[in-house]
Amino acid sequence: MEKRVIFKNKVLPYFLVAPQIIITLVFFIWPAFMALYQSVLREDPFGLKTVFVGFENFKYIFTDPIYLNSIKVTIIFSFSVAAIAMSAALFLAVMADRTIRGATTYKTFIIWPYAVAPVASAVIWYFLFNPSIGMFSFFLKAIGIDWNFTLNGRQAMVLVIIAAAWKVISYNFLFYLAGLQAIPKSFIEAAAIDGASPAKRFWTIAFPLLSPTVFFLLVMNMVYAFFETFGVIHAITEGGPNEATNIMVFKIYHDFFRGLDLGGSAAQSVILMFIVISLTVIQFRYIERKVHY
Amino acid sequence: MKLPKGTLVAALIVLVLFPASVLAEPITINWWFAHGGRLGEKVQEIVADFNASQSDYKVVATYKGNYHDTMMAGIAAFRAKNPPHVLQVFEVGTATMMAAKGAIKPVYEVMSESGLPFDPKAYLPTVTGYYTTSEGKMLSMPFNSSTPVLWYNKEAFKYAGLDLDKPPRTWPEVADYSRKIVAAYADQATKIEPIVKALKEAKAALEKAEMKDNAAKIDEILAETQSGVITAGFSTSWISWIQIENFSAWHNVPIGTKANGFDGLDTQFVFNSPLHVKHIQQLADWQKEKIFVYGGRRNIGNGLFSSGQVAMHTESSAGYAGFKKTCKFELGTSMLPYWPDAAGAPQNTIIGGASLWVLQGHSPEEYKGVAAFFNHLSKPEVQADWHEFTGYLPITLAAYDLKKKQGFYEKNPQMETALKQMTLNAPTENSRGLRFGNFVQMRDIMYDTLEAIFAEQKTAQQGLDEAAEKGNRLLRKFERDNK
Repeated sequence: MEKRVIFKNKVLPYFLVAPQIIITLVFFIWPAFMALYQSVLREDPFGLKTVFVGFENFKYIFTDPIYLNSIKVTIIFSFSVAAIAMSAALFLAVMADRTIRGATTYKTFIIWPYAVAPVASAVIWYFLFNPSIGMFSFFLKAIGIDWNFTLNGRQAMVLVIIAAAWKVISYNFLFYLAGLQAIPKSFIEAAAIDGASPAKRFWTIAFPLLSPTVFFLLVMNMVYAFFETFGVIHAITEGGPNEATNIMVFKIYHDFFRGLDLGGSAAQSVILMFIVISLTVIQFRYIERKVHY
Repeated sequence: MKLPKGTLVAALIVLVLFPASVLAEPITINWWFAHGGRLGEKVQEIVADFNASQSDYKVVATYKGNYHDTMMAGIAAFRAKNPPHVLQVFEVGTATMMAAKGAIKPVYEVMSESGLPFDPKAYLPTVTGYYTTSEGKMLSMPFNSSTPVLWYNKEAFKYAGLDLDKPPRTWPEVADYSRKIVAAYADQATKIEPIVKALKEAKAALEKAEMKDNAAKIDEILAETQSGVITAGFSTSWISWIQIENFSAWHNVPIGTKANGFDGLDTQFVFNSPLHVKHIQQLADWQKEKIFVYGGRRNIGNGLFSSGQVAMHTESSAGYAGFKKTCKFELGTSMLPYWPDAAGAPQNTIIGGASLWVLQGHSPEEYKGVAAFFNHLSKPEVQADWHEFTGYLPITLAAYDLKKKQGFYEKNPQMETALKQMTLNAPTENSRGLRFGNFVQMRDIMYDTLEAIFAEQKTAQQGLDEAAEKGNRLLRKFERDNK
């Protein structure tokens, strides 16, 4: 039977949700509408002259080779980050879920990176792989790799993907582990008695039961890769070299804060907003059907 | 101590009702600036001197982060209708500030309305030219200006048997010197090879005998033997500013049409001319012979020079403050190299750095305070001190003369190199400066382009053509927004 809490007071529930609604309105809905509004205007940085230009900003960015490149870069970057972060975290969670000595210690260490501020972790990656002073560059050079991510676009891309994925592995790990621990042991034991191998047990029992978690993390990781990786790019590559890591959210920042192009960056953020909204819709409509709750 | 209640209340009432009678508050002038570290402390010193010298005004200088942050902070404050009186803006933001006519109050206007003495001719023309209209009206007050020069390592020159007082004057000479220096050190590298090997063996033997202190001493000798072995000829910092913008002025070729943008917004980039392409392609090709090495964006490449990995380096004259501390060898400077077959070279170089813009929205009394402060900044003693401390150029002729009289340049010839180079010839329309909208983004495009050329993903011709095309789109956008 469904349990329901009935409030006698009609106003109280609204009052209780009000803080969250206000925060959403002020920090999400209002800026989103401001971006929509700003994207059809051309305005100088000081706000002295404002002209309505319709879709001119959109026309401009879609004929801009730098922007088209940044879409391509974003797709490669986001999917790689989500794929690496989700698979690595799943592997770690399955390993940590077994009964092994010191499991708590391992778990603590794996969760730890989540507590590091994004920019701080990015700076650490930057120094580790810095071509002239980095420790890892030294090792890479020792094994014959000409490591210089400040000139080599592919190396830069690999570095920012790993740095961005590393950050979110802890987060994914937590959810996977909780999901795995929620699976009744009796299911697994029954399968084991029937002679299913560990791999078979995982793919036919654990993974399907874990699918709500996987789905949730897929949505969260995509959103993370699209929006929250700004700090990593900003601290490590600044979108370079030669625009190789110029993801859309970094370009929005760059065009606004460096280029002082209000209309253009607003138009870009509107496009990014629509991409993420449609990705989430697709995920809920098509992938969610395969999820067992 | 306990005051009777009545006295306290009475004092409060007096304070609230007649604040001016109790505290003769000086008028506050806010100045937002972008110098961290030692330079920031120096800025505060200058401000403190001004505040102590009079009692009508009080300048409050606030550090707002790097140039970008400071400019953004100023813009945001203006939009929030609470701008500072004075905002420091870097040179590439000049076109943006100029175009914002309703947001800025030109310096010539501030000075003439204040009634205080002001003589635009007292300033160095190549410095103020950057911030002056074609009609000669000064829009902003130059503050920190520098120009790039060639720095060289005298120890390396000596080692390669080169004349210490004859640094290279042209690019072919730079290549020639680089080859000689790299070859000289190649010998050294092979020479020290058996020594290094023997030292390492000795160290291993000592460690085996558990004589750790002696082994550590060998380590020190090893480090000393290997240090300062030069592996490449030269490098550069601020590559767009030095190897494109100043390169153009120095060779008297335009960066863009319409007198580098001074004469109108409908300007086009022309930095893909044969001379530019030749130079950039040559830099890329020189990488193979270890004549040139790219050191990274901004001034990251300084480390290559100060740690003795390259023998020559093009960097701002204001790099002196840093090099003085980091370089363990004797420094030399000379004017930027040029291509001898280019007809216009050497012309004169242009400045980088920042200037002070006065923002709209304040009272005439406050502007008078700004004018008084600018006059203080322009004083020969203040300028001369700033010049000596930072390596930035003095902005007035009087300050230059004062330093000459003090014999400063005999002891610090590198400082005069910059000044001589700036004033070598009367500036032409190609060497007055540049005024392109969205130039901050253009510099980023330039970094991307040059990195692709140096990584051999593009030829110089391809890269510069594409960069000019991208840049022209930015110029058209700026023109569209500011018509």
